[in-house]
Amino acid sequence: MFSDTFPLKINTIVPLNIDTVRSDFPILSSEIHGKPLIYFDNAATTQKPQQVIDAISDYYLHHNSNVHRGVHKLSRQATISFEETRKKLAAFLNAAHDHEIIFTRGTTEAINLVAYTFGESTIREGDEVIVSSLEHHSNLVPWQQLCIRKNAHLRVIPIFDNGELDMEAYTAMLNERTRLVAVNHISNSLGTINPVKEITRMAHEHGAAVIIDGAQALSHGPVDVQDIDCDFYAFSAHKMYGPMGIGGLYGKESRLENMPPFHYGGEMIETVSFEKTVFNKLPYKFEAGTPNVADAIGFGAAVDYISRLGWEFIREQESKLLNYGTQQLSAIEGLKIIGTAPHKASIVSFLPANIHFYDAGMVIDQYSIAVRTGNHCTQPLMARLGIQGTIRASFSFYNTTAEIDKLVEAVLKVKELFA
Amino acid sequence: MTIKETIDQIVSEFGYFDDWMDKYNYLIEMGKSLPMIEEKYKVDSNLITGCQSRVWLHADLEDGRIFFTADSDAVITKGIVNLLIRVFSGHTPQEIVEAHTDFLDSIGLKEHLSPTRSNGLLSMMKQMKLYALAYKTKLESDAS
Repeated sequence: MFSDTFPLKINTIVPLNIDTVRSDFPILSSEIHGKPLIYFDNAATTQKPQQVIDAISDYYLHHNSNVHRGVHKLSRQATISFEETRKKLAAFLNAAHDHEIIFTRGTTEAINLVAYTFGESTIREGDEVIVSSLEHHSNLVPWQQLCIRKNAHLRVIPIFDNGELDMEAYTAMLNERTRLVAVNHISNSLGTINPVKEITRMAHEHGAAVIIDGAQALSHGPVDVQDIDCDFYAFSAHKMYGPMGIGGLYGKESRLENMPPFHYGGEMIETVSFEKTVFNKLPYKFEAGTPNVADAIGFGAAVDYISRLGWEFIREQESKLLNYGTQQLSAIEGLKIIGTAPHKASIVSFLPANIHFYDAGMVIDQYSIAVRTGNHCTQPLMARLGIQGTIRASFSFYNTTAEIDKLVEAVLKVKELFA
Repeated sequence: MTIKETIDQIVSEFGYFDDWMDKYNYLIEMGKSLPMIEEKYKVDSNLITGCQSRVWLHADLEDGRIFFTADSDAVITKGIVNLLIRVFSGHTPQEIVEAHTDFLDSIGLKEHLSPTRSNGLLSMMKQMKLYALAYKTKLESDAS
């Protein structure tokens, strides 16, 4: 289901049991409204395994120290652990160099970093930037505003009604004025997996750079940035079982070298006088100020956790849940699945006939099921689909088909109440 | 009935509900008797922002008292708006401006009050008070 963009790498060591895996996530055994929590809001943020929680608290309990400057042992240890995560991420994404990984607060900051550095220095009046109809506001607004500042044109790849990108329209859109293509790898609202490798190849043929919003992708399957050949890839730890407040940007060395800094301050400098500053080398040029060390270490633990489970287990679980969920929800009379592209991640958006998603969400919540209702930060996409919003159930490997049965029960109750 | 008396009545009504189903059924029923906004007032400028569902609210002043009409595309929201209309409609701007509105805490709708993107109850109440304040100011300037 991930086609060429997600080549399967198998690194599972032991056969995994779902109960054991669930027990790694303390929150999954909690209760809401007196019933066991069913967490189907994984596209908003995933839950955190004990291993990640332990890594963060262990850092504060035993290793807290500022990185990169101290000669004392604590600082050296903190620096090693912090840089260890960068190495892990570079390997996880198959980046050519560790210094191609820049720590940011998350996907949004990573995209803004590119907009304010690469974008500001590259885009000129009359140039064109391409986004898709599927974009989250965070991969749309920075480009829209950049185009407004530069008097450039924002162009939008249309979609078919099933939520698939119209690649013919994209092909026709590319021209010698195209400077940048910004698309998500997986749509947060509909679950569509976009052909990012093909999108990148075509953009490069026209000399345009490509940034991929990978916020939804890294938890679902392997991503190889060299294979995709994208110029930038943005991601967040909290959507891949890691902590909130940390994420990153992968950027090709040649691109990053030629970009001006984003933020100025400590850490990103080599030498400073009152007259001038020589900036630090990569990746530090883009990491001004004291970084979020604890969460970077937690991020490393999350990458380790995913690697330990292995893609085979994760993909098998999630594809089972996607198929089962789609099947069971579709069987409900009058219910419409929003987003039925052939390649999808485990995200199911739906609407029961003539029932508002808010009414449905209120009732589903009473079943202690966490789903998301609304426009999912994709207002233009909802407008394109002619709806105000959807109910979105996004599954993770730790969910079960029994939990989906509960969701179906709740949706049937919704129908009974509001029909 | 004063605003305070209506609030006490609502609080006591909610006291009879054993579970969420009763509460939601009550709100669904309340939604059905919502004083409907006239089509011509169902415009974007009357939309209350901050709600997950769309809520249109309009206020008329008659004989010194404010009467609210509204609509929403969600059923539970209609019920909640009607609850507020039951409390505030038919009162003077002065009374509405001065009314205490913490009663929603005691009827278990507190979570709907949180000022987040998804919850518009606070926005609805604020909008009603804003209408009252505007009419109060208008009445005072007309009188002077």
